[in-house]
Amino acid sequence: MTNIKYEPVIGLEVHVQLKTKTKAFCGCANEFGSKENTNICPVCLGLPGSLPVLNAQVLVGAARVALALDCTIRHFIKFDRKNYFYPDLPKNFQISQFDMPLSENGHLDIKVDGISPKRIRIKRVHLEEDAGKLMHPEGSISSLVDFNRAGTPLLEIVTEPDIYSPEEAYAYLSDLKLMLQYLDISDCDMEKGSLRCDANISIRPAGETKLGTKAELKNMNSFKAVKAALEYEIKRQAQSLDAGERIVQETRLWDEKKEVTLPMRSKEEAHDYRYFPEPDLPPFTFTDADIEGMRNSLPELPQQRLRRFVENFGLGEKDAAVLIADKELADFFEACVEIYNEPKKISNWISGPVLFNMNSRNSSFGALRLTPGHLTDLICLVEDGTVSNLVGKDILAQMLAAGSAPKDIVREKNLAQVSGADELNEIIEEVIAANKKSVDDYACGKENALMFLVGQVMKRSGGKANPKVARSLLAERLKRT
Amino acid sequence: MKLNFLTAHELLEPPGQGSISSGDIVSDLKGRIESVEPKVKAYARQPFFEKALNQKLEAGWLKGLPVSIKDNICSDGDLTECASRILCGFVAPYDATVVKKLREQGALIFGKTNMDEFAFGSSCENSAFHPTHNPWDLDRVPGGSSGGSAAAVAADEAIMALGSDTGGSIRQPAALCGVVGMKPTYGRVSRYGLIAFASSLDQIGPMTKDVRDNALLLKAIAGHDEKDATSVKTPVPDYLASLEKGVKGMRVGIPKEYFIEGMDPEVREAVNAAKAKLSSLGVKFIEVSLPHTEYAVAVYYIIATAEASSNLARFDGVQYGFRAAVKTDGAEPGLISMYKQTRGQGFGQEAKRRIILGTYVLSSGYYDAYYSRALMVRALIKQDFDKVFNECDLILTPTSPSAAFKIGEKTDDPLSMYLSDIYTISVNLAGLPALSLPCGFTKASLPIGMQILGRPFAEEDIYRLAFAYEQSTHWHKEKPKL
Repeated sequence: MTNIKYEPVIGLEVHVQLKTKTKAFCGCANEFGSKENTNICPVCLGLPGSLPVLNAQVLVGAARVALALDCTIRHFIKFDRKNYFYPDLPKNFQISQFDMPLSENGHLDIKVDGISPKRIRIKRVHLEEDAGKLMHPEGSISSLVDFNRAGTPLLEIVTEPDIYSPEEAYAYLSDLKLMLQYLDISDCDMEKGSLRCDANISIRPAGETKLGTKAELKNMNSFKAVKAALEYEIKRQAQSLDAGERIVQETRLWDEKKEVTLPMRSKEEAHDYRYFPEPDLPPFTFTDADIEGMRNSLPELPQQRLRRFVENFGLGEKDAAVLIADKELADFFEACVEIYNEPKKISNWISGPVLFNMNSRNSSFGALRLTPGHLTDLICLVEDGTVSNLVGKDILAQMLAAGSAPKDIVREKNLAQVSGADELNEIIEEVIAANKKSVDDYACGKENALMFLVGQVMKRSGGKANPKVARSLLAERLKRT
Repeated sequence: MKLNFLTAHELLEPPGQGSISSGDIVSDLKGRIESVEPKVKAYARQPFFEKALNQKLEAGWLKGLPVSIKDNICSDGDLTECASRILCGFVAPYDATVVKKLREQGALIFGKTNMDEFAFGSSCENSAFHPTHNPWDLDRVPGGSSGGSAAAVAADEAIMALGSDTGGSIRQPAALCGVVGMKPTYGRVSRYGLIAFASSLDQIGPMTKDVRDNALLLKAIAGHDEKDATSVKTPVPDYLASLEKGVKGMRVGIPKEYFIEGMDPEVREAVNAAKAKLSSLGVKFIEVSLPHTEYAVAVYYIIATAEASSNLARFDGVQYGFRAAVKTDGAEPGLISMYKQTRGQGFGQEAKRRIILGTYVLSSGYYDAYYSRALMVRALIKQDFDKVFNECDLILTPTSPSAAFKIGEKTDDPLSMYLSDIYTISVNLAGLPALSLPCGFTKASLPIGMQILGRPFAEEDIYRLAFAYEQSTHWHKEKPKL
């Protein structure tokens, strides 16, 4: 090993399936998980004589994403054919956009590790159609094709080479996904293939401005895999350079099991796609008013929401970041604040006990069956001293298990905090009788003994005793001995 | 008289009382086909005699009239093979929009006509099935690519037919067979269900025994279609209602670039005689210029083959049609062998020539020199017409430089075959409507056609002029001796 330090330069190409009712160019349902070859028609099968017709919903959806990424939208939209042979591509050409993409020159401001801000420039965002899916049944020499996915609208989002570490790549993907979820435009589920990511990566000696030879990485099935593949590739390229070898420009596939990238056979890359304008789709035009209308109808995006949570609700940046990182969670938070105007307390409850329960159950927020009314009721019960903080957390777990209201749980299980002097004094007498030694210790000036006795009161009351009241009653009682 | 010799409008409004049944027409057509089809071979395969009779007819103004359609137009449940081996056994699972429209208006789909494979050709010799013969001289070609439709109508084996026209494929065979053929304005008729040759040039159009039938059939198939994004919303006029409005004062341009060396003197004479006839009816002729005409053939063969190479990529043996029995030597993946052998054996000579040409002009490094430049010249050709139509209402030209040529005469010379479309190609590049109708015969009794071109969506004007001319001549009444 030599001592040269390298810096990686990364660009990402993300494909996102748009969640429209119908496919891009026909009326078939755009659905994941249907029985094979059921969402098909002559158009998406590319049968002889069939013609594509653009679904307007697709174009608007794509333009909204482009606007959210601050891209410049083209007024004149045309499609091109990308020609190549593959059995999952029914027409043996893909309707895509080549020299005049829907939009260009945008950016996404990301937070690396949730904190450090960085701007990633977006080179282009364009629309195309997805292909079908090949299946290779075990033990068969034939392959099968499922065309349900053929013709699904796909958005390709390409960054400039502005990403300098696997962590930044991970942050970019997470923040992009979050933004797309806020736009309600895609499921962004890498496992279902509704979001896919290829990465271009090269390395260069730190301080060098010229780019090195890049490799294109494919076949990563999760954000973690993208990060791992990039980490592997940085090491591999560094070792090659250290050994005095040249980096070959090639496509490499990530092997999830072996955790290595392997070169794709070079023959499979030698494509001349022979792009030309799609003659079956007349160009489409956006007016300035169309574009302004779409821009104005954009929902609040994650970073805007974060600012609002900090400024309007007085939350800390970190707490706000936790909330906005899940759109459902942030929506829930706002619904709670609407009912009970204590944003900080609510934020603490959500970031603390609620997320704890969500993570320990390994569930999504939506699956928790928690309503804003129930959570704010619970917080009120704790705040007005009906139950202790500890019991409150316990009640939350029961609420999530049963989906029931906190007040009902308190009533049914008789969990209300005991603050009445009569009831508490009874318990205190029992505790004093049973803990002679501690009582003596306290009398000798050992302050700690009081805390122990309060703990015993709590225990005997089944956690229901109001600890503050219990403490003062106990201290008073001990003075009298 | 046998019903198959009548026109559609005669069958729809028979003189005297009563109406004619669809069954009677089909049965007379069947008799005719049995006697002359072995010589003419206009159909791709046997028409639907029984099926046609058993077909449940929709009530409609077309009252069960049989319409024959070119083998590249899909009809649900029928073989639709584009006269190609590669589509061998392909049964369309849906109706083309024109077929759907015809059925809804009460017409009956009678049979599929022969053509040059994928509409690649001007002679009907490039059919994987058999060549079609010209009913006027069986040693000669019927023209192409809609040669089967033209021959079927000319030989009274069809009442009327649909063809498709990418560079003259309706008009040239109409001229060579002595029938009337219209290529409508691009976007006038839905292309949904027409197996594409060149998407930006293709149009379906009617091929009929006379002008009135032609207007009638276009009226039935024209109009906007949500399934074809290139079809237009312009309302469809009643072509029949304006047929008889006369031509007095119409200004008709004669492009000087079209009357060139190499044009058969008999064709020239016939078109000049037609000019004289039309002048006598009140038409004013003016000489006009279409300066970019000489580039049309070159531009056409770049754009049309580029689009075709992409449109025909889907014929790969995966989903439908022909798949070669794959022999693999192991050096190549089975899939690549399957593609190569399927396409190698499935496509005919001319199809391969055009796919290779189109692939070449789209290749990186050549795209700008060929395809991009062709698009620019295409725009200039269109501009030529826009300018000329400021001076005149219609344009009159020959349809083809010569009458029907001998079978085999040009098969070894693709370039001279391409040049037989010289008068028809510009129209497709400019997206204009144009019609060919009979305007005489050569000394050897071969039909000669002339072409009337109009502004976009001026089919009505074209029909008016054609009808006035037809009414003052007898060409359309002549029948080939078979």
